[in-house]
Amino acid sequence: MRRADGKTVKTIKIDVAKCNGCRACEVICAAFHAKPQYSSTNPARSRIRVIRDQVADLYLPVYAGEYTAAECAGRDKYVIDGREYEECAFCRASCPSRDVFKEPDSDLPLKCDMCESDPTLAEPLCVKWCLADALVFEEREVEVDKAAAIDDVDLGLRALAHVHGWQKVKDALSRLGGAGNEG
Amino acid sequence: MRYAETGFNLEIDLTRGNIERVPTDPRDTAHYLGGLGTNARLMWDRVPPEVEPFSPENLLVFGTGLLAGTPAPGSNRTIVSSISPQTRLFAFSMMGGFWGPELKHAGYDKVVLRGKSPRLVYLWIHDDKVELREAEHFRGLGTLETAELIRQELGQPLAQVASIGLAGENRVFFASIEQGRSSASRQGLGAIMGDKNLKAIAVRGTKDLYIARPAEFMAHCNAALAYIEHREKNPITNVMPIMAGLGSPQEMRVHDEQWHTENFVWGNARHRRKGFWTKDIAAKWTDTMEQMRTRLLSCHNCPLKCGAAISVDTRICSYMMKCFSKLTYTMGAMSDLEFGLKIAQKATEHGVDAFSAPQTMAFAIELHEAGILTDADMAGWPPDPEGRFYWLLDHIVRREGIGDVLADGTHWAAERIGKGAMAYAHNNIKKHEQLPLKLGMLNPIYFLMYSTGEKINITQIEGNFPQQPFETRAEREAFVKDWEHVPDERFKQWFVEWEQRGEKSIPNYPPVDATCEIVHWQEMLHYIDDSVGLCAGLSSFPYKPPYHLHNLPSIISSGAGLDLDEAGLAHVIRRIRTLVRATNIRRGMRRKDDKPPEDHWKKRFPELEAKLLDRYYAFKGWNADGIPTRATLHELGLDFVAEELTRRGILKDDAAAASAPGASALATTRSAP
Ligand code: SF4
Ligand code: SF4
Ligand code: SF4
Repeated sequence: MRRADGKTVKTIKIDVAKCNGCRACEVICAAFHAKPQYSSTNPARSRIRVIRDQVADLYLPVYAGEYTAAECAGRDKYVIDGREYEECAFCRASCPSRDVFKEPDSDLPLKCDMCESDPTLAEPLCVKWCLADALVFEEREVEVDKAAAIDDVDLGLRALAHVHGWQKVKDALSRLGGAGNEG
Repeated sequence: MRYAETGFNLEIDLTRGNIERVPTDPRDTAHYLGGLGTNARLMWDRVPPEVEPFSPENLLVFGTGLLAGTPAPGSNRTIVSSISPQTRLFAFSMMGGFWGPELKHAGYDKVVLRGKSPRLVYLWIHDDKVELREAEHFRGLGTLETAELIRQELGQPLAQVASIGLAGENRVFFASIEQGRSSASRQGLGAIMGDKNLKAIAVRGTKDLYIARPAEFMAHCNAALAYIEHREKNPITNVMPIMAGLGSPQEMRVHDEQWHTENFVWGNARHRRKGFWTKDIAAKWTDTMEQMRTRLLSCHNCPLKCGAAISVDTRICSYMMKCFSKLTYTMGAMSDLEFGLKIAQKATEHGVDAFSAPQTMAFAIELHEAGILTDADMAGWPPDPEGRFYWLLDHIVRREGIGDVLADGTHWAAERIGKGAMAYAHNNIKKHEQLPLKLGMLNPIYFLMYSTGEKINITQIEGNFPQQPFETRAEREAFVKDWEHVPDERFKQWFVEWEQRGEKSIPNYPPVDATCEIVHWQEMLHYIDDSVGLCAGLSSFPYKPPYHLHNLPSIISSGAGLDLDEAGLAHVIRRIRTLVRATNIRRGMRRKDDKPPEDHWKKRFPELEAKLLDRYYAFKGWNADGIPTRATLHELGLDFVAEELTRRGILKDDAAAASAPGASALATTRSAP
């Protein structure tokens, strides 16, 4: 329920200590976003990814964030309990430098959309399926500067353009124009 | 279009290094589902009884269950099949964890391995790219160690790895296949993998797995989750804590071990330790567990967290433990929990079964005490029991000295040692070590399950029907109130009437015919789980599970695109069960082999036992020697089995047996596969 001058910030609180590494969140996210809905599942398409390192006992759910067209100039590299993780290991961006948070076949970026659907779900599905309560949903209202918000469609198009080039996207749009096909 | 399954198997000829992607016949899915069912058909077709366990012709099949990898909570099982070196029969050991779903997403339902590689190799499956890779540099390394190094070597942190350790490489008859969170432990499948010179199978998959009727299927998944949540909040009363909830026995969560430590018989299943569980021990063990357990862990897509990460050295997680391995080393060596958790780390890296290994080590200690094994046999072993366990484990997995003999398990070791050692190999069914339990009065249900279960592991047969009657009728009546799981109202009645003492108590109650039905029901659920890849911990094993006979037909059908009702599913499962039986019959198994460990119960009843077997065989459609009758085979569409058994002179004229009462009771008309 958006108001003209505000929006709802949806937060998922991640309690890493409670995660049991089951990947139910990945399974249900992928199934929910399948087309048609629930017709398939594939954790590689999930918008949440549980980074798992058995030996270090590290289980860290990470949500897919923004798509970035260019990789970062500076990289981060974590050392936790003496174990060194690969560069960008815990980043949530869908970025050209790695294949995380991208559709495995098309390379299109994946982004958590909080299970946007009509009617709105009571809670995001990864939260619902996480019986361990490692993921907890919270909502609050905040003021926003409308001009700054990037529309989702806009974002998707930019990502497409980055992968395929603007011309191809324009061609595709004109081919599809008016078809009204959601497939 | 294939649903829930991929429709492809990987066929690997290790001798020639040949890899093929082979489409499967959807009719096999309709007739045998997947997992155990289709494994059994492959083994029947391709492994004749002359094939020795350690022969290139023996197959090693990793078969994912039909629903494994779907959104159904707990659908993550892989059934590993082969001919067991220990029992020399058809083996099907099940593993959970994450490996099966990953294989499905890579685009395969099974990995079927034949032949024998000239060098130690591992198999790397990455979607369409499948290759055999050098593994000589992993020789002798631990199972988890190897998995970790393979992930690093491949640069694939998300790869799932099933591997063997020294025990498998050296063909220890009770070697396991370890997969981190889970393992295929029973019946020595790790030894078969080692014989084939295959160190590991690593998998990474990124493909879709399809659901046939999403709305119907997801409604079941959501209902299962809601029910699990409900049961977590409302445990069953009247039963011991580990049986109160769902999942595998909750050994990683529950600290009160009075029941197991005092009622199981430890060492090599010889000593009851009455009064063992003191306040001090309870406090010490709780402390040990709290300190060494760093996290509770689930399998793929399951909220139950039956496993735990255990830390024993400087690493944060040294290995992952589950279930009774918490107790088997500790109590086998008559030591304490800290020792048990530490040696289990070594044992897991070496890859041995946590039931058979400690029992075999305790067996060696007892043989030494009895003077059957001498100081010369044990030259160099330390004086303390803990030290001896480490020494024995090391010698067994390396097959050094006496370890080479013990590595064959208690039965074959006793045969080689002679001098009366066989009396100490007293806890086996079909030559395979069992739970360390010795009881008083024969329980007819358990008698049949122990005797006839071909998984040869009681926890993989028992399940939904309570192990013993509750004290009062009121408690029993309360239990059956929401017991929707039973196939029929009669089951409730049998339980309500079942008394701890008196006329309606064991061994004479439940009555013979009721016992047959109860055993059949419990076994059927396990065969469903093993074929569709659901965890027994959410289905066949605990009381009042989320999955049961009444919702499984719709879950399986809507997931995989089949059209099964209750009778149809029962028919398919009976076909699978009968094919497993026939496979072992063809290998020489008969009624004489269908028996519990001789000293499992103090009070035995030969006449009743004979009657139980007779009636159960008839109920199953088997003849008096336990061989499926021609009529049964025909009814199940297994005429090809009947022909083969006839050709081999195993099936003779069975006109009399064809009218077995059970056969008609279960009959449904179906088209033949
Ligand atoms: S569902 Fe919860 S417990 Fe399971 S992996 Fe995801 S965050 Fe962790
Ligand atoms: S909130 Fe929804 S879209 Fe986002 S990760 Fe969870 S399930 Fe996926
Ligand atoms: S119930 Fe336990 S053993 Fe079974 S799948 Fe769930 S976590 Fe694994």
